[in-house]
Amino acid sequence: MGGAAGLALGVVAALRRRVRATAPGRRFFRHPTAGPGLFVLTFFVTIAIAAPVVAPYPPYYQIDIEHPDHPPSAQFLLGTDPLSRDVWSRVVYGARVSLGIGAVAMLVAVTVGTAVGAVAGYFRRWVDTALMRLVDVGLAMPRIFVLLMAVALWEHIALWVLVLLIGLTGWFGTSRLVRAEVLSLREREFVAAARALGAGAGRVIFRHVLPNAAAPIIVSAALGIGHMMLLEAGLSFLGMGVPSPTPSWGNMIADGWHKMAVAWWSATFPGLAISLVVMALNAVGDALRDALDPRRETV
Amino acid sequence: MAAWLVRRLVASMAIVFAVVTITFFVVHLAQGTPCGGERPLPPDVCDRERAVFGYDKPLPVQYVKYLAALLHGKMGYSFGLHRPVADALADAIPNTFILALAALLIDFALGLALGIYQAARAGRFGDVAAGNVALLINSMPVFWLGLVLLLVFAQWLRWFPAGGPHNPILCPRVDSPYCLLDFLWHLTLPALTLGLVGAASTARYQRAAILEVVRQDYVRTARAKGLRERRVLLVHALRNALLPIITLFGLAFPFLFTGAVLIETVFAWPGMGRLAVNAIFQRDYPVVTGAALLTSAMVVLGNLLADALYAVADPRIRVRGGEGGP
Repeated sequence: MGGAAGLALGVVAALRRRVRATAPGRRFFRHPTAGPGLFVLTFFVTIAIAAPVVAPYPPYYQIDIEHPDHPPSAQFLLGTDPLSRDVWSRVVYGARVSLGIGAVAMLVAVTVGTAVGAVAGYFRRWVDTALMRLVDVGLAMPRIFVLLMAVALWEHIALWVLVLLIGLTGWFGTSRLVRAEVLSLREREFVAAARALGAGAGRVIFRHVLPNAAAPIIVSAALGIGHMMLLEAGLSFLGMGVPSPTPSWGNMIADGWHKMAVAWWSATFPGLAISLVVMALNAVGDALRDALDPRRETV
Repeated sequence: MAAWLVRRLVASMAIVFAVVTITFFVVHLAQGTPCGGERPLPPDVCDRERAVFGYDKPLPVQYVKYLAALLHGKMGYSFGLHRPVADALADAIPNTFILALAALLIDFALGLALGIYQAARAGRFGDVAAGNVALLINSMPVFWLGLVLLLVFAQWLRWFPAGGPHNPILCPRVDSPYCLLDFLWHLTLPALTLGLVGAASTARYQRAAILEVVRQDYVRTARAKGLRERRVLLVHALRNALLPIITLFGLAFPFLFTGAVLIETVFAWPGMGRLAVNAIFQRDYPVVTGAALLTSAMVVLGNLLADALYAVADPRIRVRGGEGGP
């Protein structure tokens, strides 16, 4: 753990030195919370990757089933849960699941959202109308509700299906954002020039329009990972997300909350981990916005 | 304005209709039958019951029948709750509504106050500290915040009850003298949980909105006239800075429902979220579809209301009968 923290500190310091020469880099680190946010993210990504080294116990190992709910101590850093598993080890392994779900689901959402937004904004007319009405419907459906129903389609849900579902219900906002960018970019001279030179729609969208819309897409992705993680946690908490015994921060809260009155630690620490990571993502996302998109600098 | 309103209403109804259709098919395609669960019914009993409720017919036939009943204001009969869906929803909606309203009140009261305070001390210690606390609260899973508040205020300090809407000793019947107080006492923690998370983001928007307005010429004029800073901020700047809050009001509806699903589970609050979640688990088709109908209608109407309020509040925005509205 100390090693991971040290490594994270080193990474942040190295990055700060690296990007100091560029204007966006300076703008990024001018945000007071950007550095700490980056540190928290690097720390959790490190322990997720190095989970077998960092975790003192295997995540499923029941240490002493007759004496569960051991309070935090030197031996069990964050205590043990109602099934007598080491909470710190499960937080470490849960980082893989929770961060992985957040990142992959966001990747799915950004890909679909960008594609739909670009097509709608570039081709306009009925394509735009049809796609945007679809987005209206998507935004009107209460998302957690849709996901609960979709998860109920299967008796036992595989992890990758869950990730796909979370991603596929999360692209509506991104597509609106991308559409707005594309609508304004497509009227610019360089796009007209590309078209006049005989570039096809695909080439114009991918080589000329989307690279210029990258900044808001990246920022919304950074902010979106946090939403995805919170959603996963909510679903897992209701028993409809990551199936037990696989540790995710959400289902760890679900495992621990019934005994919260006598053993507060097993539901509290995973929630703290989620809060820290989502806060770090928000801080880094805000700093990225200032760094990449100076026109829309936050005051 | 009238033409715009009609257009938007028609579009809203179309959206709700689409949501109902999607919900209907998704929930009927779900694996597992209503007879499953912890104590599964014998297959022959199950088949007979399915025939009674009409669930043995082809899905398109059921869909048309459901729509026809809906047009007559009937939402079907819940086999899980043994009562008409409309009755079950009518019992649950007020609870969710009161919870959402209380949360909204805390959200805007606290969020506005904090946002104004932060804007007044922009860049100084108070602003940065409050901003970070707000960001942290905004990053918490709302159900986890609920659990922590329960642990601290119900378990350790014993100031508030641990869940449910009533205490059977203080409020044995609906018309008992202490019922209202008892209800408010039970309402505090769940409403505070939802309200705090909302307030954190309201404050962020409010702070940004004021700082945006403060840069404008008319604020400089107000200052140049020699008005006190308090009057400049609270009277001159705030009026225009309140506009974005209207948008936030429209956006709050989906959040309040999503939050309510989880918060009602944590606090054993008998509202629509809990009703819907239980219905999904039990494959109680008509309850799920009915709940989806009502929530999507509320979300769409919330957005419509926000747009209309925006047009009324800000004379710079003109609603047109044509493309899209404001």
